[in-house]
Amino acid sequence: MSKINFLRPDKDNLNTFLYLGSLLFSISVLDVFLNSFFNVNITGFLPTLLSFVIPLVIGFIGLHFIRIEHSGYKFLDSLNKNINTNSFNAVLSLLIIFVIIKATPPILSWFFVDASFAGDSKDVCSGSGACWTYIKVWFNRFMYGMYPNAEQWRINLSFISLALLGSVGYFATEKFKKYLTLYYVVIYPFIAFLFIFFFISGGPVFFDFSYGIIAAVISIILGFFIPSRFKFYYFLIVPITLYIVLKYFVFYEELIELGKLDGLNWVETGAWGGLSLTFIISFFCLIFCFPIGMAFALGRRSELPLIRYISVGFIEFWRGVPLITVLFMSAVMFPMFLPEDFFIDKLVRAIIAISLFEAAYVAEVIRGGLQALPRGQYEAAKSLGMGYWKMHIFVILPQALKLVIPGIANTFLALVKDTPLIFVVGLLEIVGMLNLAKTNPEWLGFAMEGYVFAAIIFWIICYAMSKYSYNLEQKYKTER
Amino acid sequence: MNFKLQKIVPQLITVLAVVLVFGFFSYNAQVNMENRGIDFGYGFLSQESSFDVQFSLIEYDGSHSYFRAYLVGLLNTILVSVIGIIIATILGIIVGVARLSPNYLINKFAAFYVEFFRNIPLLLQIFFWYFAALRALPLPQDADAMFGVFFLTIKGLYVPAFVWENFNVFFYSIVAAIIAIVVIRIHARKVQETQGKQLPVLWISLGLIFILPLLSFLIGGVSLSFEIPKLKQLAATSYKYEGGLNLPPELIALTLSLALYTATFIAECVRAGIQGVGKGQKEAAASIGLNPNQVLKLVVMPQALRIIIPPTTNQYLNLTKNSSLAAAIAYPDLVLVFAGTALMQTGKAIEIVSITMLTYLSLSISISILMNWYNKKIAIKEK
Repeated sequence: MSKINFLRPDKDNLNTFLYLGSLLFSISVLDVFLNSFFNVNITGFLPTLLSFVIPLVIGFIGLHFIRIEHSGYKFLDSLNKNINTNSFNAVLSLLIIFVIIKATPPILSWFFVDASFAGDSKDVCSGSGACWTYIKVWFNRFMYGMYPNAEQWRINLSFISLALLGSVGYFATEKFKKYLTLYYVVIYPFIAFLFIFFFISGGPVFFDFSYGIIAAVISIILGFFIPSRFKFYYFLIVPITLYIVLKYFVFYEELIELGKLDGLNWVETGAWGGLSLTFIISFFCLIFCFPIGMAFALGRRSELPLIRYISVGFIEFWRGVPLITVLFMSAVMFPMFLPEDFFIDKLVRAIIAISLFEAAYVAEVIRGGLQALPRGQYEAAKSLGMGYWKMHIFVILPQALKLVIPGIANTFLALVKDTPLIFVVGLLEIVGMLNLAKTNPEWLGFAMEGYVFAAIIFWIICYAMSKYSYNLEQKYKTER
Repeated sequence: MNFKLQKIVPQLITVLAVVLVFGFFSYNAQVNMENRGIDFGYGFLSQESSFDVQFSLIEYDGSHSYFRAYLVGLLNTILVSVIGIIIATILGIIVGVARLSPNYLINKFAAFYVEFFRNIPLLLQIFFWYFAALRALPLPQDADAMFGVFFLTIKGLYVPAFVWENFNVFFYSIVAAIIAIVVIRIHARKVQETQGKQLPVLWISLGLIFILPLLSFLIGGVSLSFEIPKLKQLAATSYKYEGGLNLPPELIALTLSLALYTATFIAECVRAGIQGVGKGQKEAAASIGLNPNQVLKLVVMPQALRIIIPPTTNQYLNLTKNSSLAAAIAYPDLVLVFAGTALMQTGKAIEIVSITMLTYLSLSISISILMNWYNKKIAIKEK
């Protein structure tokens, strides 16, 4: 056996270094572990500063001893490669290990060990841990806001059926796959809207926009029979005319009450709230902001100067202002711009505001995709004799949208994370409900539990969305 | 003929629609304001505001004008944004580099940080820090001093205040040092280009920036002392600190959450930038004999910065816009002071909201013009 140089561990004395190093490393980890879990300080006889630093020093020496390249042990080599490449990395690794060990007991005890779960009043929450009873008692409010308890089945039923209708895509056979886009872009949002309007809010069937829906459906059906030369002008004129005719000449005001679904009470939007409102707002803003954004992205790339300037102005305006001022505008300024007897519900106003705001961001993302496409794609489509719309719908947009899936997903994530801002217009989704519950005199002092609860929910939603977008990106990735 | 018409008709229709919508809105606004007896105008800006603001960088009380209240809000917004940007940049660079570390633990730790903070709404984070975390801090009389001079209490962070004498001399010395450094850098570059020699610019610069201010202390009559906050009893159970600077909890909660949130995005930008520099570039640089420091400074960083800076500027803009969430925790920023209190008092919705929006708009448009200019300057010039 050759002489051992402790400053330079080598392969000749592999076993000595290995045993010594792992022993020292284990001692240092054990010291921190005992200290944090059992409150035992095995180096307590030393001065405070020394006993604080000693695990770090011992661990560092230990890691130094086992840093031997090509030792022949697979585990040791991968350990060295991953956490122990040099002294600096060794110190950082040790610090992170210590922080994790130190942080585990307080977190565990706050979340589970000392937390109270049972009971339904504040009295059970006397421990030092979290008071999950608070969440349990207020759970209903956090989910449904001020929606009447007896009517909450309406929200549940709507969401469940919408989720089922939304999952149709997974079960569609090859034959129906080509209709899926139409289904998700046009029909599904329409059904969702009907559910929410007639079911969750309990609105009358023959409400103002019903005429609009009927007019739109009739004109789309008739539109199939119009020669394509006149289609543009047809869709410009006929739907609005039809709407006016229906509204003022065919149906009468008395019919409004007629179609109301039997036995469903009207629940005004001020009472909606909690997580369900977060979902409703995110869903509608998502649906609206996408086509608007696409239109403005195309507008910004258009060859027609006026359209391009208007699009640029729109996009830069919304991207330049914070959402909170947009909501302020929709709350205090927008009513001034409408005729006096014309009233728009504040939920609708908030949805319009958020949609326009996010549409500008979607537009910029899609523009990125459009710019990234090689010019050959445009030229090839044109040389096949395709017009502007045909070229974009069948050649350009499918490719451009594929390219920008991550960007669009990020915008949608931002949208979901922005929904709590609707407190500005006086609507309370889950964060707003938390702030309301926090000020309840019977339940003072549980702000932490509430925010942690909401943070977990939002985290799960956002993380799932980002993972889903990643999968989507991988699925539609086409080799170029 | 037909071809021309195809181009003109859609434009005309679009413009007509826009004009109609705007005309409709402004007509309604006129009618509504007439009915309610409100007159339109910006004259209220010079009126006495008669409300107080908790925290302001310039002298302000109720007897000042609405315009001064606007300035107070604007300055507070800028204060939060600047502090937030500085912290977020430092944190973002550290985390972004850590995500590229070969060390598994550091890598995962940074990834955890990014995934954790970017997936929770910013407003929720602000509420968490303000209502839950900072409320758990001790009362002024129970607070322990950090390093003997900082006091972190439920009423905010108390730090020592700087008391300067002849501050302007000190300031001029720093300006002089910066100018000297710039001149030396230009000179060094010229020397390198003409003679191929490298001057130790870094050491000279460091020396200058220390020595010149030091000289101002020794010769210029500058002196600096600290005013350390002292606990003072107001009543039997009521204490407060006197002297020093007080950073209110709203400011702390807001900057902390803005910085932690934006740092995740900056970290991703930094990571993407460094990853975006091809491996071949580093190898090529090494093969012509540059040392690792030179590889980083002359080859990797210039290319990485080209990728990093545009999205990072975007994040700075986002941070500035997000600072308007201050209104939710009553930090007196532009939105709270002007679009909140001033709006409630004057009822001038259109004027005030438009001023607020224009302020943010001009802020972000000027930054994006700057960014475009920079982008053009550093873009790869293709032949």
